[in-house]
Amino acid sequence: MADESTNQGIPAPEGEADIIDTEYEIGQDNIETQIGPFGVDIHNPVFLVSGLVIVAFVFYALALPEQAGTFFNWLRPAVTSSFDWFFFGAADLFVLFCLFLIVSPWGKVRLGGNEATPDYNYLGWFAMLFAAGMGIGLMFYGVSEPMSHFSTAFGGTAVPEGGGARTDWAPLGAAAGDEAEAVRLGMAATIFHWGLHPWAIYAIVALALALFTYNKGLPLTIRSAFYPIFGERVWGWTGHVIDILAVFATLFGLATSLGFGATQANAGLNELFGVPTGAATEVILISAITAVALISVLRGLDGGVKVLSEINMGLAFLLLVFVLLVGPTAAILTGFAASLMAYVEYLPALSNPIGREDVNFSQGWTAFYWAWWISWSPFVGMFIARVSRGRTVREFVICVLLIPSLVCVLWMSVFGGTAIHQVLSDGFTGAQDAALELKLFKMLGELPLAGITSFVGIILVVVFFVTSSDSGSLVIDTITAGGKVDAPVPQRVFWCIFEGAVAIVLLLGGGLGALQAMVISTGLPFTVVLLLMCWAIFRGLQTEAR
Amino acid sequence: MFSKIMVPVDLAHAARLDRALQMASDLAHLYKAEVVFVGVTTSQPSSMAHNPQEFAAKLNSFAAEQADKRRITASGHAVVSHDPAVDMEDALLKACSDIGAELIVMASHVPSVSDYLFHAHGGRVAEKAPVSVLVVRES
Repeated sequence: MADESTNQGIPAPEGEADIIDTEYEIGQDNIETQIGPFGVDIHNPVFLVSGLVIVAFVFYALALPEQAGTFFNWLRPAVTSSFDWFFFGAADLFVLFCLFLIVSPWGKVRLGGNEATPDYNYLGWFAMLFAAGMGIGLMFYGVSEPMSHFSTAFGGTAVPEGGGARTDWAPLGAAAGDEAEAVRLGMAATIFHWGLHPWAIYAIVALALALFTYNKGLPLTIRSAFYPIFGERVWGWTGHVIDILAVFATLFGLATSLGFGATQANAGLNELFGVPTGAATEVILISAITAVALISVLRGLDGGVKVLSEINMGLAFLLLVFVLLVGPTAAILTGFAASLMAYVEYLPALSNPIGREDVNFSQGWTAFYWAWWISWSPFVGMFIARVSRGRTVREFVICVLLIPSLVCVLWMSVFGGTAIHQVLSDGFTGAQDAALELKLFKMLGELPLAGITSFVGIILVVVFFVTSSDSGSLVIDTITAGGKVDAPVPQRVFWCIFEGAVAIVLLLGGGLGALQAMVISTGLPFTVVLLLMCWAIFRGLQTEAR
Repeated sequence: MFSKIMVPVDLAHAARLDRALQMASDLAHLYKAEVVFVGVTTSQPSSMAHNPQEFAAKLNSFAAEQADKRRITASGHAVVSHDPAVDMEDALLKACSDIGAELIVMASHVPSVSDYLFHAHGGRVAEKAPVSVLVVRES
């Protein structure tokens, strides 16, 4: 770690900051060459190793689909049942660490030096971090998750004769036959998965990257955050491994979301226009949407990604307001407050890592979610870091942690609340009985202007898909270019197409189960990376000017 | 005819710019013009600098070095872009109007097939700039 004396001769980042004095020069390990007519500037060996392993993996899934399918179906429960306590404990720790940062004196540290000014205004900043972070998931699970938890909780617990693990999927001790309590528990469980925990995971990665990039002057890549722990070794194989893990996690996390997006858009198109469901349509959808993402990537951060994110936020907000107004408004609003209370009440029990009896819920839902968010974290975190220069740590953590959590609560209350209300008050069970990807459209179908809102729903799925895909390509490109943010454009085009290809192959090779299995298995090693990151942030902040 | 000449430079590849730099300096002597070297950087650290301020300092010292070597009046002008791989032209065009340049002299590579997909900066700037642009092919 450098002290102020080594800082002389280099103008500080606006105001005071503590630049790390390292011999490493960004791009020193890069290969700059021509591949055919295209110039490339890639990090050796991060680009090659991650690219080749993913290609090999894709070939395996294509060549031996049956074997791959069996393997994927074994992998997911194997990891979540053995390591659920680890995912739980780590996620709880991340939330506590973020809350600590908000109240600690280090909250005053400004990212980019103490006189830096923010690159983006609140609206653009917020839209980008939100669209990248949750997008498709909110569309996919907005109705289906509250509905599922409500139904299973209402159904009560089921213990097989002669004892053994519970076979029901209800959260905690369920609420057999108690409608009001089942709603509360269902909403609390949903918000638990979309509230503080995921955003704490993102905030940790984003903060680590922003701190070590803007204040310490290290390259914008995951390994930089490990400088306080490994020192100069982060530029060697230790760092290569960290970056390669990040690429894997990002690619498979994205591919999973793309798979979810494609199945849901397909289900919506089928519901609305009778477009056939199945692999063929999904492949066409992923290809078409990847093409739109390509255009966005070619237009860049300001001209493509930011514009699409803002359009997306606008559309999602309109849909939200529409459902809120034409749906059971009073019930939704009281439900919002009640859900929030229920979340606070159930939070300790839901986040408890040990001695859980609701094995199906805690392993099948929560542990999977934590792994999914963690696998997304290098991507969302780096993206948030890239657009967050000039914020203080406190402002940053509050904005990344609390505001999106509240928006998620609102979203779930409106969409899930309406669907549950349809069941309880109108006796409409269409959404309850439908498949996960169809629930949103069934719920909208009961409201006025169903044709229009369902169409907007499909558009939203597609645009969320695009905003995840394009920002993901930028992030993977940066990591595989050794932290260079100005690497040649053909590289991000390559990654954008590659993501679509991986999503297609995994969907064909083993369906959503394959995608989820890969998310879990890349999320596990990356959890260790995140835990180390907390320590690195703590060390890094101590030397900063407050 | 020209009192201010803008010369976009990529500090990471300054060695490849020799022909453009020579051309700009010849024109500066001819018209008794001032040369402004424009560099585009990011908020994130790059191979050239840890931060925009350091980049600006390097650009200024590059300008001073050139002024000394070629006996011209020169200064540096650093521009921060969010995504220079895509927004380079916009950043350069904005710099051109900010500094009030009347001529842009910029280096460009020899076109190849990939230019159909990914256009060259020089060509795009020449197409859009309100002032004269001299694109100098590096060998």
